[in-house]
Amino acid sequence: MKNVKKIVAMAMAAALCVVSLTACGGSSDASATFVIGGSGPLTGPAAVYGIAVKNGAQIAVDEINAAGGVNGMTLELNFQDDEHDAEKAVNAYNTVKDAGAKVFLGTVTSTPCEAVVEKTKVDNMFQLTPSGSSVKAVQYENAFRICFSDPGQGTAAAQYIGQDLGLKKVAIIWDNSDVYSNGIYEKFKAEAANAGLEIVSEQSFQGADNKDFNTQLIAVNEAAPDIVFLPIYYQAAALILQQANQAGFDLKFFGCDGLDGIIGQLEGDAALAEGVMLLTPFVADDPDEKVQSFVKTYQEKFNEVPNQFAADAYDGVYVIKAALEDAGVKDASVAVSELCDLLKASMVKITVEGVTGTMTWTADGECAKTPMGMVIKDGNYTAIAD
Amino acid sequence: MSERKNSERAKGFSLLKIVPSKSRGKLVTVLIPVVFFAVCALLVNLGVLRSHFAGLLVPLCYYIIMAVSLNFTVGILGELSLGHAGFMCIGAYVGGLFTLLTQDSITSAWIRFPIAILLGGLIAALAGFLIGVPILRLRGDYLAIVTLAFGEIVRNLVQNIYLSRDKAGLHFSFTNAIEPERLDPATNVDIMKGPMALNGISPDATLLISVILVVITIIVILNMVDSRAGRAIMSIRDNRIAAESTGINITKYKLIVFSLSAFFAGIAGVLFAHYSTVSPPKFDYNMSILILVFVVLGGVGNIRGSIIATAILYILPEVLRGFQSYRMLIYAIVLIVMMLLNNNERFNAWKKNTTERLTAWRKGLFRKKSGKEAE
Repeated sequence: MKNVKKIVAMAMAAALCVVSLTACGGSSDASATFVIGGSGPLTGPAAVYGIAVKNGAQIAVDEINAAGGVNGMTLELNFQDDEHDAEKAVNAYNTVKDAGAKVFLGTVTSTPCEAVVEKTKVDNMFQLTPSGSSVKAVQYENAFRICFSDPGQGTAAAQYIGQDLGLKKVAIIWDNSDVYSNGIYEKFKAEAANAGLEIVSEQSFQGADNKDFNTQLIAVNEAAPDIVFLPIYYQAAALILQQANQAGFDLKFFGCDGLDGIIGQLEGDAALAEGVMLLTPFVADDPDEKVQSFVKTYQEKFNEVPNQFAADAYDGVYVIKAALEDAGVKDASVAVSELCDLLKASMVKITVEGVTGTMTWTADGECAKTPMGMVIKDGNYTAIAD
Repeated sequence: MSERKNSERAKGFSLLKIVPSKSRGKLVTVLIPVVFFAVCALLVNLGVLRSHFAGLLVPLCYYIIMAVSLNFTVGILGELSLGHAGFMCIGAYVGGLFTLLTQDSITSAWIRFPIAILLGGLIAALAGFLIGVPILRLRGDYLAIVTLAFGEIVRNLVQNIYLSRDKAGLHFSFTNAIEPERLDPATNVDIMKGPMALNGISPDATLLISVILVVITIIVILNMVDSRAGRAIMSIRDNRIAAESTGINITKYKLIVFSLSAFFAGIAGVLFAHYSTVSPPKFDYNMSILILVFVVLGGVGNIRGSIIATAILYILPEVLRGFQSYRMLIYAIVLIVMMLLNNNERFNAWKKNTTERLTAWRKGLFRKKSGKEAE
C-alpha cells in the first residue's frame, strides 16, 4: 500500500511539474510586447478589490493598445490571485516574473504589498501599487503608489470633518487587528485636536470575523456624536449600518476608501447607506470627460459601476505608460533593473491627469492629489455639494 | 537506533537493504523529502524550474514540519489539537524578534540563525508544556475547543504588543501605542507595532537549512514513535484506561507530546519568520485547520502520508494558476475527491491489490538481477 502511495505521489509531482512548465511558455515577441505583472485578491473576502483592480487595469491596457500602444510596444496584463495573503502574494509575484513581467502593478492590499516590496527591492523591479496604502508598502525607492497613504487619509479625514463639514463631536469604531484601520486611526487621533474635533468615544473590534457590533454601537450612541468615523472595510461597515438601524440609532457615518463597495454589500438594504459619507479621490458621477468614458466602458464590460480601486488601477496603467514615454523606453526586452532605474527617475518628473485627479509623485513613492468628499445619495456615490 | 537482529540482510543489490529491515520504512520516509528537494534544487539551478516554483520550496519545508508535528499529537497521541498555529506564531515572533534585535551585533547568520531556531522552538515548547498542564483532564471535543482558544489567545496577545527601540533601550506597551513622548524621535525604531507586520528580519531561511530541519523533525518524531515512550503514547490513544492500569504515567506522556509537537511547530514558525512576512492575522485558526487538513488527508498517524499530502496540497493551488478563476474550485474538488477516496472500500481494495502485485513484480525483478550476477 505504501508503494502505491509513493508511485501516485511521484506521478502527481511529475504532472505538477509539467503543468507548471507548460504554464510558463507561450509568451509572444519579447521586444514588442511589454508585460505588466500584477496581483491582488481575486478569491476570498477581499476579492472585490482585486477584481476591480484587474478589470480597471485591463480596460486601460485595451485602450492603450487600441490607440497604438506605448512607443510602438503592445501592453499585456498578467494579473494573478494572491488571496490577500503575504505568502501567496510572493508566489504570485514570482509567477508574473517568470512570465516575463517588466513592471509590477500591485499588490492591491497592504500586508501582501509589504511582503512583495521586499522581493521587488531585491530584483530592483519597478513596483506601482494602485491601492496598497500602508506606509511600509512603498518603503523602498523602487515602489510608488496611486492611492493615499493610511496616515494621509487619517489626517485628511480629520481636517475634512472638522473644517469642511464643521462638525465637533466624533466617535470612532475601528478594527485594531488591521493594518489599514490602525494606520488611519492613529493619524486621525493625532490630527483631531488640530482640526477642532473632540473624540467622544473610541470603540475597537477585532478582525473581519467580528459580526456583532451592538456593544460598540450602544457605547457610541450614548456619547451622542455628531458623526461616527469608520476607518474600516466595507463588510464590517455594512453590518454596523444594519445593526445601528435595527437598534433604532440615528447616527451619521463617515469613512475612508475602505467603505467603497458598501452599496453592493448591503444589497436589499441599500437604503441604509443613504447619507453615509466617504473620503475618496474618485467619484463615478464626476462630469469630467475622462471619468465618464471610463465609467461607461467599465459598465459595458463588467455590468457594474467602477469603484475607486478600479479607478486607481486604470490610472496606474496610464502612469506606467507616461513614465515609459518620459523615459523613452522603446524596446520591451530591456532588463528589469535597468528599466526600474529609468522609471524611478521619470516618476518624480511626470504629472498625470487621471480619473482619480491630477497626480505627481515624490521620490518616497507618495502620490500628491486631492481627496474628494462623497455622499451616498439614492443608491449612488455623489460628490458632496459645497 | 534499532539494534534488532537482521537475519534477512542484503542479498540483493538494493541500497535500502544495508539498513535493518525494520528501519527501512523510516529511511524511505526521510529520503522522500530529501530526494524531492534535491531534485527540485537541481532543476532550479539548471533553470528548468523558474522562480515561481523555487519560491515554493522553503514554505513547503515549514508546512511539512507543521504537518508532521501536528500528526504526532493528532495521530500518535490521538488528541485533536486545533491550536497548532499558536505555537507557530510563538516561534515566529520569538525567533523573528531575536534576529531583529541581534542582527546588528551578531552579523554571522550561521551563528544567529541556529540560536533563533532553538530559542523559538524552546519557547514554543514551554508554551506547549504550559497549555498541556491545564488541559490534561480534557479529551476529545473539549480539548479541541481549548486548543482552538489557545491559538486565538496567542494571536490576540501578539497583536496587542508594541515594542520600540531607541538609544535609551527598549520600550514596551500593551494594547495602546507607545506614547510619542517616551521615545527619542531621532533614534527610535518601531520593532513591533500591534497588528502591523514585523519587517526587516534578515531572510536567513535557506533551502538547505530548511531541509535539514525537515529531516531532523522526521527522524526525531519517527524514532520517538518507535521508542518505549512512543509505545506508551500509542497505548494511551488506543485505550486510556488500560494504559493507566498498566502503570503508564498519562500526565507525563501527554506533556511530552504537547511540548515536542509545539517545539517543532515553533521551529516551523522561526523558518516562516525568516522567509516571509510575519503578521498576526496569518496565524488565525484557518492556519491550524489548513495544517489539520494536510494531516487528515495524508492519513492520521501516517507520517509519510502527512509529508506527501502537504506537498501535493501546498503546491497544487500554485500550479493551477494556469486555470485562472477556476483554480480554487479545482482545489476544492481535489480535496473532496481525496477525502472520498481515502474512505472508499473499493478504492482501498484496489490499492492493496495493486501494491501486492507491484511487490511481487519487484521481487521477481530482484531475483532475475541476482541470478544474472551469479552467472
